[in-house]
Amino acid sequence: MNKFKKFFYSQKAAPYVFVLPFILSFLLFWIYPLCSTITMSFQDITPTGTEWIGAKNFAKLLKDTVFHTAIKNSFQYMILTLVLLIPFPMFFAVLMDSRLVKAKGFWKACLYVPALTSVVISGTLFRLMFSEYPTGQMNVITAALGLGTFKWLKMKATGLGALLLVACWRWTGVNMLYFISGLKAIDTAMYEAADIDGATAWQKFRYVTIPLLKPTTVYVLTISVYAGLAMFMESYMLWAGPDSPNNIGLTIVGYLYKRGITKNQLGYGSAVGIVLLVIALAINIVQLILNGTLKKEEN
Amino acid sequence: MKKKVLATLLTAAMLATTLAGCGGGAAPENEGGGVEAPSAEEGEAPAAEGGEATAADEGGEASADDAAAEEEIPTATFGDPNGTHMEMWTFVELHGQHYGNMVEKWNEENPDRTIEITCTTYPYADMHTKLLTSLNAGTGAPDICDVEIGQFPNVVAGLDTWLVPQNDTAAPYLDTMVQARMDVYKGSDGNYYGIPYHVGATVMYYNVAAMAEAMGISNDDVIAKIDAVTTWDDYAALGQEYLDAVATDGKYWTSVDTAGCDWQWIAMAEYGEDWTGGMDGTANVQLDSVKKMCTMEQEWVNSGLAEVSPDGHVDLEAGFQNILDHNIVSFPKAMWYMSRFTNYMPEEKGNWYIAKCPVFEAGQKCSVGIGGTGTVVTQQAVDKDLASEFLCWAKMSEEGEQLIWDNLGFDVCNTVLWNDDAFAHDDNNQYNQFFINYPYDVLYSIKDDIGTVYTTAISPTINEQMCNVTLNDILENGVSVDEALQAAQDVVDLEQ
Repeated sequence: MNKFKKFFYSQKAAPYVFVLPFILSFLLFWIYPLCSTITMSFQDITPTGTEWIGAKNFAKLLKDTVFHTAIKNSFQYMILTLVLLIPFPMFFAVLMDSRLVKAKGFWKACLYVPALTSVVISGTLFRLMFSEYPTGQMNVITAALGLGTFKWLKMKATGLGALLLVACWRWTGVNMLYFISGLKAIDTAMYEAADIDGATAWQKFRYVTIPLLKPTTVYVLTISVYAGLAMFMESYMLWAGPDSPNNIGLTIVGYLYKRGITKNQLGYGSAVGIVLLVIALAINIVQLILNGTLKKEEN
Repeated sequence: MKKKVLATLLTAAMLATTLAGCGGGAAPENEGGGVEAPSAEEGEAPAAEGGEATAADEGGEASADDAAAEEEIPTATFGDPNGTHMEMWTFVELHGQHYGNMVEKWNEENPDRTIEITCTTYPYADMHTKLLTSLNAGTGAPDICDVEIGQFPNVVAGLDTWLVPQNDTAAPYLDTMVQARMDVYKGSDGNYYGIPYHVGATVMYYNVAAMAEAMGISNDDVIAKIDAVTTWDDYAALGQEYLDAVATDGKYWTSVDTAGCDWQWIAMAEYGEDWTGGMDGTANVQLDSVKKMCTMEQEWVNSGLAEVSPDGHVDLEAGFQNILDHNIVSFPKAMWYMSRFTNYMPEEKGNWYIAKCPVFEAGQKCSVGIGGTGTVVTQQAVDKDLASEFLCWAKMSEEGEQLIWDNLGFDVCNTVLWNDDAFAHDDNNQYNQFFINYPYDVLYSIKDDIGTVYTTAISPTINEQMCNVTLNDILENGVSVDEALQAAQDVVDLEQ
């Protein structure tokens, strides 16, 4: 008993014990699959055997036009989600933090509930809304406005629009919560000082809120870059599968699923996954360096 | 200060990613698969025959699969609890029912080798994903499993490490079976691995009642006109005659598909071509037959003779509604489409006539076997011999074929039955009652004219490219046929 007590109270051992569950799950569910994905991306894996084929999978990816479409789609989607899902949630967070809004709890809940809804259900509902039928919700609206009906999910622009709508509907509330927590950490004395100096509301937002929110913004940016590139479910649900007309809804992960799972080409699918990892890491490292997050903090 | 916030957020991120890791891995299998609507070429999968779960007013590509995903997975156990227990997976509930009926008969005839079978119906994509995963893992696969033809190349890739060859057990039935349908389920080692339900011969469906009403003539006169159609030119001319008579916006003679390759398959069969190049060949989608068909379809869309099928092909809710609204009055489809009429369009009873498909040049073959489900026995089966013997008997014996026709409405592969009066002209059969003529009379009349297009390892690639990109480009985006097929060939070449 004493030994146990000693062990747990030991300042040397305790920290390791506390982080052990994370380290274990990290090794088991992240590092091991990562290593095995890297290995598999250099193999041709068939039901009857596994063969080392060097970088052939990657060479094939360079020529694979469908994969290029997937990358293009994922990039477009990622950039547009950054444009939409950082400024607007930040604006909503500032509103929620101000005295201008009544019934804040209600509005916060409204914005957050979509994140709790099953993508399967919401995806199906959005698919029906964007149906090319004259009775689809969006067509009813556009027809009422005299714009006629559209084949929403067959055209690039409207298809991407539908995806962005799902993304905004789903993630605005989540990002807003991040920003609210960031805002709470800002010392109110800063605003009082700005008031004394005669700053306007805009100046306070521009010169106090935005700089002090930077750690939160960088965090949201980092996860949004990854989430944008790794988007899969929304497109899978909107087009009822990984296939869409002219591949307008195909994403990198959608392609990975199609190759690795549907077609059982695990080697090629792994190569797709590695490329995604490299792209996401590269963008985020550059972005973090530019933001100065990786620099030593100045005192 | 800044560090503290960052540290908090990073901790949250670690927690979130750990959880996301768990959730993400499971998602495609548990949630995702339920909603894939396979393309028309993939045969009988889309609107599962057991489709009471389908909501007819659903607008999108949603099919019976959606509803199934949200319901409990239907499981049913049949047979003798003391017999050998077998697991069977399918994606069509009625198929499971068929094995249930057959197992009762088997147990009566073989009291010393009784069987108990549990049939589980999963959504289409889910079932194939689960099967591949369990075969890869070497554990968890069922004894017997339905595999849709479009997915078959992925499964048969495992040859006898995954599946049990059926050469010996199928042998007693082979002389009466359509050989081409046995061949499509062969592995690259030449063994038979899948046992078919049907031929899936393509025929032309005509709405005689709607045509007669529009053209102001009797049903018999319409039928005489239909019977006079030999070539696609005749077919288009009759269509123009109908359209001139009906003269209403939104009415078309037929609809062409962007998410299914049936039309292209028919053209290939007529010219005796095959874009897969056969089992050992090189795939080539730039065939003359394919070009001719695509060009003809494009002209029809431009001239207003045909529309593009809503949601891509006629075997979806959108397609059923289009037929019910009489927006189109003719279309080519495999014979298994008969069950879609009885299940989803019962009010059309007595209106439709089945005829052979037109050809480009007189004397060509006029049909092709499309779609299908090959049932396999896996190497993980408890009793491989018993499972194989039962499977072949349940699907190829006369008793089995009788139930397949009565309950599932398929054009069975046993050719002897095609002109057997008791079988083909049974007026109690719901399909014989539904259509103006006897379906098997049409089938028998084209028995030597059914071509074969193989489903090989390259087929999923061709199918995917055609249905996602090429046909959309040609029929929706006005891209020239040569250009679109060249782009398709480039994608296909990458895979071979």
